Amino acid sequence: MVEIRIHGRGGQGNVLAAYLLATAAFLEGQFSQAFPSFGAERRGAPITAFVRIDGSPILRRSQITSPRYLVLADDGILRIPETLAGLSPEGAILVNSPRSPEELRKRLEVEGMTVGPAVRIETIPATRLAMEVLGRPIPNAPLLSAFLSLTGTLSTESLGRAFAGRFSGDLLQKNMSLVASGASLVAQNLWKEPIHA
Amino acid sequence: MREALEGSQAIARAVALCRPQVVAAYPITPQTHIVEGLARLIADGLLAAELVSVESEFSAASVVLGAAAAGSRSYTASASQGILLMSEVLYNISGLRIPVVLTCANRAVSSPVSIWNDHQDSMAVRDSGWIQLHCADNQEAVDTTIQAFRISERTELPVMVCVDGFTLTHTLEPIDLPDAAQVDAFLPPFRFSRTLSSSAPLSQGTLVSPEFFTEMRFLQHEAFARAEKEILSADRDWAGFVGRDCGGLLRVEGDREASVAILAMGSVYGTLKDAHRSGLLGRPVRLLSLRAFRPFPAGAIREATQGLSDLIVLDRSLSPGSGGIVAHEIRSALYGMAKGPRVVNFAVGLGGRNVPGEIFREMLESLEKDPPSFSIFDLDPRKLPDPGLDAATEMPSSGPVLSPR
Repeated sequence: MVEIRIHGRGGQGNVLAAYLLATAAFLEGQFSQAFPSFGAERRGAPITAFVRIDGSPILRRSQITSPRYLVLADDGILRIPETLAGLSPEGAILVNSPRSPEELRKRLEVEGMTVGPAVRIETIPATRLAMEVLGRPIPNAPLLSAFLSLTGTLSTESLGRAFAGRFSGDLLQKNMSLVASGASLVAQNLWKEPIHA
Repeated sequence: MREALEGSQAIARAVALCRPQVVAAYPITPQTHIVEGLARLIADGLLAAELVSVESEFSAASVVLGAAAAGSRSYTASASQGILLMSEVLYNISGLRIPVVLTCANRAVSSPVSIWNDHQDSMAVRDSGWIQLHCADNQEAVDTTIQAFRISERTELPVMVCVDGFTLTHTLEPIDLPDAAQVDAFLPPFRFSRTLSSSAPLSQGTLVSPEFFTEMRFLQHEAFARAEKEILSADRDWAGFVGRDCGGLLRVEGDREASVAILAMGSVYGTLKDAHRSGLLGRPVRLLSLRAFRPFPAGAIREATQGLSDLIVLDRSLSPGSGGIVAHEIRSALYGMAKGPRVVNFAVGLGGRNVPGEIFREMLESLEKDPPSFSIFDLDPRKLPDPGLDAATEMPSSGPVLSPR
């Protein structure tokens, strides 16, 4: 089972991101589950969403406390200690940030937070891409496609199909182009692992 | 057809398949997405129903009462304070023996304010005369919603379908939505035996003197005994269409020969079942998922607990000054049973606290340490106030008259 935790802020579409990822998994014939954990809904407040993907029906409904992967829709979220809580020592973090992974590691050290030496970090400037194409700071499409490209968990085609189930017309086309550009910004299969480990 | 759906959207689609003629609701988290989904289906012309936007839950319940009394299949949904604001009308609906289906997106009750999941809201109206069926997952929520209309219309008792807020309502997962033809074959059009009509006038809800009140209450109580059969037959008949059931009154799984069992109601059962399957429990355990809370299936519970030495009952609500509510009813059902199990009651996951799979093993291990008959298992004593602080702080007094100094 792959367990992914998404951290971001209300208004960025993080719950939708979790739903899209689980839908893409479903469309690829996997079993999946996505659910949010938020406070009273408001823009800007930290929110967490959870995604599980497996080859057999998923029964557990507890929050994901030891994820393999973190997807962060905002690098400011890294400063909140709960963000990194329980991350697998061999886990990986994809951050929406204009900064380099090295810069983020240094910032974490300054804040007195530690990331294990084996934890991998990648960044992509998803907000900038979204502003260029959508004109709105919604980082989902490039962030999710970069994540799938890095992990090889699912194909970006399935992600495109998940987007097509929710959007149409111009908005869908723009998201599809963001899916393509997000995936091209990272090394394919750099974090690849089997789903059914 | 199987689709990846948010629980609320799946429930809205299941309701629509039952062809309700009137839907009335007032938005409240975590129920809102259900009625939003129905409003969209109506606006898109996919459901021919009257959507009544009301100014409160009291009115939502009143609208479905009147609509069903006038012969329309009627549906509403609410949660938490919304259920409490409805409570007077909930009694009226059941006392008038009017068939209505309500989804309760189970949520804690204020104060303190919590939007998150526990079972306090439906427990607060457990004596209102509604059938209460709890759902362990979103597939059961869909199937139970469809069954609920048939159960309600055959028994003339209203049905509350209890679905854990957020944990189910906001979870997207693969869900099989049946075909309209299957639902139509299972659920005939609504015909109410006492439909209000100007051509054949009758009165409902009149004053009942002590001469007849007792008999009215007897009939209401007796209807619940018959409801057990309707719940079982609806589940069995629906399984004939879709090839899966919801466990009838009570689902029994896990290690049938085990001497210890854990009973859960609602979505925690999935996490419990996963812990069992993953070997996290550390010993053989019988698993019980209680679906029917009203009628309370005492007979089925006595049968399912045969041969047990210990029964752990999980409660997601609390009767302060008394303990867990489900466990009280379980103890009452087992009273006088020869070689009945010891019942150990743990409240857990109040106000949305995460219930991890590891917690069940800790519960099982605590059985060796002679636990109290009731405790809040996931209490964190570090978060309790320091009694010394209160004593040291002088609080200002307030009131209409300041005491002279």
